[in-house]
Amino acid sequence: MHEHSRVACHGCDLLQRIPLLEPGGKARCGRCGEVLAVHPVHPLDTPLALCIAAAILVVIANACPLMSLSAAGRTSTTTLAGGAYEMWIRGSEVTAVVVAFCAVVAPILYVTAMLVVMIAIQRPPAPAWMGDFMRLADRLRPWSMNEVLLLGILVALTKIAQLADVIPGPALFAVAALVLLLPWIASTFDAGVVWSRIAWSAGSDR
Amino acid sequence: MTSAAARGLVSCSECALVSRPAAANAPGYCPRCGQKLEFRRENAIERTWALLVAATVLYVPANLLPVLATTTVVSSADDTIMSGVIYLFASGSWPLALIVFIASIVIPIGKIVALGYVLITVQRNAQANDRQRTRLYRIVEFIGRWSMLDVFVDTYIVALVQLSPLMSVEPGPGVPYFMAVVVLTMFAAMSFDSRLIWDRSGVNHGR
Repeated sequence: MHEHSRVACHGCDLLQRIPLLEPGGKARCGRCGEVLAVHPVHPLDTPLALCIAAAILVVIANACPLMSLSAAGRTSTTTLAGGAYEMWIRGSEVTAVVVAFCAVVAPILYVTAMLVVMIAIQRPPAPAWMGDFMRLADRLRPWSMNEVLLLGILVALTKIAQLADVIPGPALFAVAALVLLLPWIASTFDAGVVWSRIAWSAGSDR
Repeated sequence: MTSAAARGLVSCSECALVSRPAAANAPGYCPRCGQKLEFRRENAIERTWALLVAATVLYVPANLLPVLATTTVVSSADDTIMSGVIYLFASGSWPLALIVFIASIVIPIGKIVALGYVLITVQRNAQANDRQRTRLYRIVEFIGRWSMLDVFVDTYIVALVQLSPLMSVEPGPGVPYFMAVVVLTMFAAMSFDSRLIWDRSGVNHGR
């Protein structure tokens, strides 16, 4: 047996072997319950297809108007990034930077990194620096807050709707679709398969 | 039941490869992905405490200072997070009021209490409820980002309601504090290491 057929649980460090999983199966730590391994049916094709769809949606979400407001003959329109920009010019610069990161920068980089990795591993071995894209995607995932953003926008709309007419824009629907798509990518994606198709940074097997 | 650390093995936090470290006190780098190896996250307890205390302190101005200032032709009003919730409730959308209340009030307090409880039990070498404490920590890690809800609500209200002189909304001084609470508690959860729960209870023999 190779060293890497063994895993140590990230939740509790218990050393264990993963049994052969059925397609669609999942292995959990016998001690703390953390998910140890997944075995998606199509670990290469499905995430790639979903990543392409997500990339298109990210472009729509950031390029199109998010929503517009009209009251007494006046209208105002905003985009995803427009929210952060408005916070910046109204003196809340720190908030603007964090909102821009969580609503715009992190989702764009996350989807891009995942797409690049999924393309690169189609023909193994992918170069070792693809590991840096995996690392980037991993770091960004908690900060890519599409679902929180969507709920936030809906609450904002409800508050404003009592004052004026609100017209949702294409970006709002793109964000909603991303909320469904990103967890779907995560559930069809097997990090173990990805790492096994990336070249080792230290050269040969130990 | 032995942990990787008890066998002298270290598992990569990035690619999950289990390997033999270069040395026990300086494990070196993962041979597969090049990540710096660590048996346990460095200074996990101290860092988590520091971030948690900072978040608790900032929680006070975050709730006392206004987050939105609304100006119309005839009036102007300041809203804090709690008065925003009450406004939503009073205007008839109680499901939304409940969601904002949970995301902005219940989750931040719950995170601080839950992380504090896990830290104290780890420091006192508690032997019980390892699985429940691990699950509690995982819930905190998973749910933390939802507190950012109110920041997004305020941002997009400010961005849209700019119909001056008819009506305009400005961000209040409470927003950066509240956001800092969310970001700091997220970092606090990330800097903790749930493997410590199992080490201290004596089930991960040795080190």
